[in-house]
Amino acid sequence: MSQIPVTTTINGDATEFLCEADETLLDVLRDRLELSGTKEGCGTGDCGACSVMLDGRLVCSCLVLGAEAEGREVETIEGMAEGDTLHPLQKKFLEHAALQCGVCTPGFLIAAKALLETNLDPTETEVRYWLAGNLCRCTGYDKIVRAVLDTAAEMRSA
Amino acid sequence: MPDQGQIATKRKFKLVGTRPVRPDGVDKVTGRARFGADMTAPGMLHALILRSPHAHARIKSIDTSRAERLPGVKAVVTRDDFALPERRDLVDICYNVMAREKALYDGHAVAAVAAVSKPVAREALRRIKVVYEILPHVTDVDEAMKPNAPILHKDMRTKGIDPKPSKASNVARQWEFGHGDVDRGFTEADIVVERTFKTAATHQGYIEPHACLASVGSDGQGDLWCCTQGHYMVRNACAGLLGMKVSQLRVTASEIGGGFGGKTTVFIEPVALALSRKAGRPVKLVMSRNEVFRATGPTASSSTDVKIGVKKNGQITAAKAVLRYQGGAFAGSPVQFGAMTAFACYDLKNVQTIGYDVVTNRPKQAAYRAPGAPLAAFAIESVIDELATKIRMDPLEFRLLNAAREGTKSSYGPTFGPIGLEATLEESKGHPHHLAPLGPNQGRGVACGFWFNFGGNTCVSLNIGEDGTVCLSVGNPDIGGSRASMCLMAAEELGVPYERVRTIIADTAALGYNEVTDGSRVTFAVGMATIKAAQAAKVKLCERAAKIWDISPEAVVWEDGHARPAGANAGTFKPMSLADIAAVAGSTGGPIAGHSEANADGAGVSFATHMVDVEVDPETGRVTVLRYTVFQDAGKAIHPSYVEGQFQGGAAQGVGWALNEEYIYGEDGRLQNAGFLDYRIPVASDLPFIDTVILEIPNPGHPYGVRGVGETSIVPPLAAIANAVSAAAGVRHTQLPMSPPRILKSIMEKRDGV
Repeated sequence: MSQIPVTTTINGDATEFLCEADETLLDVLRDRLELSGTKEGCGTGDCGACSVMLDGRLVCSCLVLGAEAEGREVETIEGMAEGDTLHPLQKKFLEHAALQCGVCTPGFLIAAKALLETNLDPTETEVRYWLAGNLCRCTGYDKIVRAVLDTAAEMRSA
Repeated sequence: MPDQGQIATKRKFKLVGTRPVRPDGVDKVTGRARFGADMTAPGMLHALILRSPHAHARIKSIDTSRAERLPGVKAVVTRDDFALPERRDLVDICYNVMAREKALYDGHAVAAVAAVSKPVAREALRRIKVVYEILPHVTDVDEAMKPNAPILHKDMRTKGIDPKPSKASNVARQWEFGHGDVDRGFTEADIVVERTFKTAATHQGYIEPHACLASVGSDGQGDLWCCTQGHYMVRNACAGLLGMKVSQLRVTASEIGGGFGGKTTVFIEPVALALSRKAGRPVKLVMSRNEVFRATGPTASSSTDVKIGVKKNGQITAAKAVLRYQGGAFAGSPVQFGAMTAFACYDLKNVQTIGYDVVTNRPKQAAYRAPGAPLAAFAIESVIDELATKIRMDPLEFRLLNAAREGTKSSYGPTFGPIGLEATLEESKGHPHHLAPLGPNQGRGVACGFWFNFGGNTCVSLNIGEDGTVCLSVGNPDIGGSRASMCLMAAEELGVPYERVRTIIADTAALGYNEVTDGSRVTFAVGMATIKAAQAAKVKLCERAAKIWDISPEAVVWEDGHARPAGANAGTFKPMSLADIAAVAGSTGGPIAGHSEANADGAGVSFATHMVDVEVDPETGRVTVLRYTVFQDAGKAIHPSYVEGQFQGGAAQGVGWALNEEYIYGEDGRLQNAGFLDYRIPVASDLPFIDTVILEIPNPGHPYGVRGVGETSIVPPLAAIANAVSAAAGVRHTQLPMSPPRILKSIMEKRDGV
């Protein structure tokens, strides 16, 4: 089977790749583009570890085909900090110790950023329901939710 | 500011007890950290494993010829590629890694392939022909103990019974613990409660599936990269299974995406090494989530009888439990720990526990956070709660009256030193949570929990750099902030800033044996080794200063990060900092380092009390957790944020175990919910904030008083939640998970007077 050529934008960079017709965006990112910050926890869209932004929309990259990235913009965890300046969410996750093992963290950060882009003043309940598609087994979510609320408060006052 | 929790401190530290950002933090929020599946190698092949679709079947033949002929397939392995190892403790692991005469559970590995791409490997699996003879199976613990149950291992004779049985059974071993005379104790009781409890098997549910990258050369030397809780264990097990010398296999631990005990053994690593050896190329093997559920360790499921007698004044006269745990297809369920910990919270004259280790056609259980203890605590703490109600005592007061304290002979043998159970109970009595009012359909539950904690073989190396910075090499993967804790302890001991210490996880060639990250041992044992290594380095730093000043080493002390002359007689030299001494180390005797190699004794046992409020919807049976507070003794919290994190994480896992999580088997013995959609772990919207109170009753076995904290936190929640649900629903719940259908049924039955 011949591979499909795809032209896309990833973290602001024009990117071209070849992929199989049945290859997921997650596999393309990890195996072909060496962007291994996006994690696979289930491959069935249940855990959110592979969360990325596709044209500004939060998606599980394991449920998107690589070929679907054609002509679109993908944002991954590798594009979240600007140079050596961390995004406020990244800083607050560290300050609040909102990660233990850290494998779900890229997905949570992408999902939380998507929330704050639509709602910079979420309630605790809104944060919890927005992040309900991201599984964390270590923290019990306490410090993650606090970090997101604290980031929102800081970004509002900035 | 982060939630600071509540901490009672006794000794003054400069750095220990503060909350700096973890040194591996930036890597983990930017995607730079490399986990098990994130590594590649030139010429790498992709491997996949073929698994049994049957719960119990004789493997009559395996034909791999069509797979081997497929272009792009570079190696195929089956049982024929694994000789039974000489080490007896590896024999079951060998059987589990690759099925031999029989497949013993749905998901048991039968063959594996390595190919140039994942699609080719997938096609190769389809071309392997396995002929099975399906056998009767059993997955329930009580069914497996019946005389007519299908037998898994024809040579299994129950150990721990005298005389040794002559007939094969699924009971691998019987355990017994206790003291006194329970029969007499029950005759002294005014009230006796006796009940049977059941719990479902749950999975550790780490988000990162098992993954490894293996490379073995034709010279017999191998390298392995993998996510594990203990790379030295992986090295020794794989070397034993593949007939290699341990020095020939170097294992590097990746960052680890959760383990909770589930990554304390090997599954895919020996398979990847065997494929690599056969193919002569690096092989990457990554499990799917389906494979993680079907073929790695869940915990045991259990069936437990509890009987406790009490006088009207609240004094317990006798306590007995019979625990039956199935641990999957091989011996070694954690029933021993269940039987040991069951009554550890109480000061009892007459106590007896009997445990049965049972095998069934399920995946071999692996350790899960305080293995065996939560299941037992669920049963015991439920009866304690019921007794408190019966004698009209507050459940906290009832526990305080009977609590184990310093000097208590524990139900499993040893006599306790200074312990924190009473402190957690007293703290919970006066906490605002305990005094808050409850609404309709709401209930409050409390429960206590205990875990031994562990020390074990530990080896660290601490090197002082020429610029006065410090590199600490440890041999335990950082599963939840341990680099930060080690940096804090090294910096505290040396008197240097936290930022000046870097902790790395060394590979198996760099350090002596380090036991697996288990038993809540790392902050205790590796922390103690770190402190000792720093102390050894300080001795050398003082010697170098003495040499420079031309005075006796005994006349130099280390204070506040500096070598100083000890008193007026030693002379009046300007104190030298660690950096000052390090800068001239080359001319005073060479590099300066400290080491510690020890089998760490003195792990301090740990206790917790949990308090939880729930609301039960009488129309649907759904439980909402409204409020949760953890009171636990940490000995000394090195980095309080990560101690709180352990408390909160354990409680959250307990909520899942109590309310949702369950391995569901069909009539065919196949797992029906091998994915995160149907095996539902708690999500953010299922939980409230989890409040924490850190008690600090120092462990005399550690220089800073540290007790392990990681496991105790999962012991009380099952019972605490069951007690809260039972109070809210008005019906005692004795079976986990307390899923909505089960709760609704109990409410309907009560309403209908069944």
